Amino acid sequence: MSHNTLLVFELTILVLAIFLGFEVISKVPTLLHTPLMSGTNAIHGIVVVGAMVVLGAPNKDTFDWIVGFLAVVLGSANVVGGFVVTDRMLEMFKRREPAKEADASRDGQNGT
Amino acid sequence: MSTNLANLLYLIPIVAFIVALRFLSNPAHARRGNQIGAVGMLVAVVVTWVKIGTTSWWAIAVGMLIGGAFGAVAARRVKMTAMPQMVALFNGVGGGAAALIALAEVHRVLPEPGAPKVDISLAIVLSALIGAISFAGSLVAFAKLQELIGGRPITYAGQQFVNGVVLLVAVGSGVALVSGVQDEWLLWTLVAAALLLGVLFVLPIGGADMPVVISLLNAFTGLAVAASGFELENNVLIVAGMLVGASGTLLTVLMGRAMNRSIANVLFGAFGQVSESAAAVAAGTDGGSVRSANAEDVAVMLAFAHKVVFVPGYGLAVAQAQHDVRQLADLLEEKGVEVTYAIHPVAGRMPGHMNVLLAEANVPYPQLKEMDEANPEFGRTDVVLVVGANDVVNPDARNNEGSPIYGMPILNVDQAQTVVVLKRSMNPGFAGIENPLFYNPKTVMLFGDAKDSIDRLIEDVKGL
Repeated sequence: MSHNTLLVFELTILVLAIFLGFEVISKVPTLLHTPLMSGTNAIHGIVVVGAMVVLGAPNKDTFDWIVGFLAVVLGSANVVGGFVVTDRMLEMFKRREPAKEADASRDGQNGT
Repeated sequence: MSTNLANLLYLIPIVAFIVALRFLSNPAHARRGNQIGAVGMLVAVVVTWVKIGTTSWWAIAVGMLIGGAFGAVAARRVKMTAMPQMVALFNGVGGGAAALIALAEVHRVLPEPGAPKVDISLAIVLSALIGAISFAGSLVAFAKLQELIGGRPITYAGQQFVNGVVLLVAVGSGVALVSGVQDEWLLWTLVAAALLLGVLFVLPIGGADMPVVISLLNAFTGLAVAASGFELENNVLIVAGMLVGASGTLLTVLMGRAMNRSIANVLFGAFGQVSESAAAVAAGTDGGSVRSANAEDVAVMLAFAHKVVFVPGYGLAVAQAQHDVRQLADLLEEKGVEVTYAIHPVAGRMPGHMNVLLAEANVPYPQLKEMDEANPEFGRTDVVLVVGANDVVNPDARNNEGSPIYGMPILNVDQAQTVVVLKRSMNPGFAGIENPLFYNPKTVMLFGDAKDSIDRLIEDVKGL
């Protein structure tokens, strides 16, 4: 594929991704703003893939080594930290369910 | 592995990320969504690993171990109250990685014969610029929220001019690079200017606006990553980066709307510019007197009320008092008092932050009332207990056009019979704005650490 054909193709998926990004979170409740921000934060950790490509390239000089290595470290911190922190937040949201039921039954008793 | 096969396999993470975002928008599936995203990420890393082959695999492994271990430990250890700055930090390192990739690419591309292709240089310039702004800006946001530096807006004369000059330097070197000047130092200049710009751009923004800024920087990092995708001709970077760029932008707008502020207004300094009139307002309230009460009085008020509304703010989170508040609420309920919590959309340091904290304390979800639901109730509420909230109950937002927060929707707690404010001292809150609620004749102040005060209230209510 020639460079220009590739570029046009890449621009096409870029534009589609913009619309998809808007569409997919258009109706998010305030309740989830924090976890969603944290979750998208983890997803842009995909930059670690780019960092791997840089560090994994052949014929590197010292500069490439240092920059590539730093990029891999930063990218991995982004990925792992992002997903773990989001999971911790969402775990607590899940625990809401039993508490809700307990509360409902207690209300029932009060009512009778 | 061929590039075609790799691109085909990259469809797995791409679909996973889209599903993850979809699921994250719904409380019922949010955690599953995040896990799907993590699996997608793992697939992307493995595919890339195999594609690269054996070149420098050990360096990649060591780098991933160091970064991953740091991320995992930091994310495990962080308290829920410190969550916003942790998100800022992880966002910053992502932006930093994108900027570093740009530096490496320019170093690789420039020595090649002939001028680099315009679209490649443009992608390099954009990812370096946006990535470096996001990196430096996020670190400043982290430092502000961690209170390493003051949370108040930092302003000085000629600020806009200095920012303009720095921006001009960054854009100038970028344009030179794209137009074919082959000098690696141009990119270094650009990165240095962009780092400075990131610092200058976040410093003047007040602490209360920080969540919106973090969300915007999050979108920035997404854009920088998408640009890296063009440099490296890598689809998964383009799609994932742009998904985050677009959804992050929308999220930023939604947050701004919750505070009734435009994004431009958040960024370009309403808080900074009107600080003088805010000072004037503060001077005006000095004349009013403040009533302070002791815990026994407040306990009696609470125990004999029909309806009590708790208004939690960041002070509650700082004092780690969410569990104690729940105990007090349970006690009051046993005495037949109707208890609810009124949650302002931007209570805490992030939209939705307070819901996370109260969920942590197992507060039953139906008791949490959002602003629109809570406001009509204050008229028939006997006692409102404001625990460490300040700006979100400031009547100036409704009444005083000179106030920096004028127009922000607030919880109308001053419509209740009595307002009890738990507060450490009379210092103005995080945003540095005076609050006339404290001088309202209906208001009594209960000074002290929020956790200690609540514990005293619990003891006194038990004793009644």
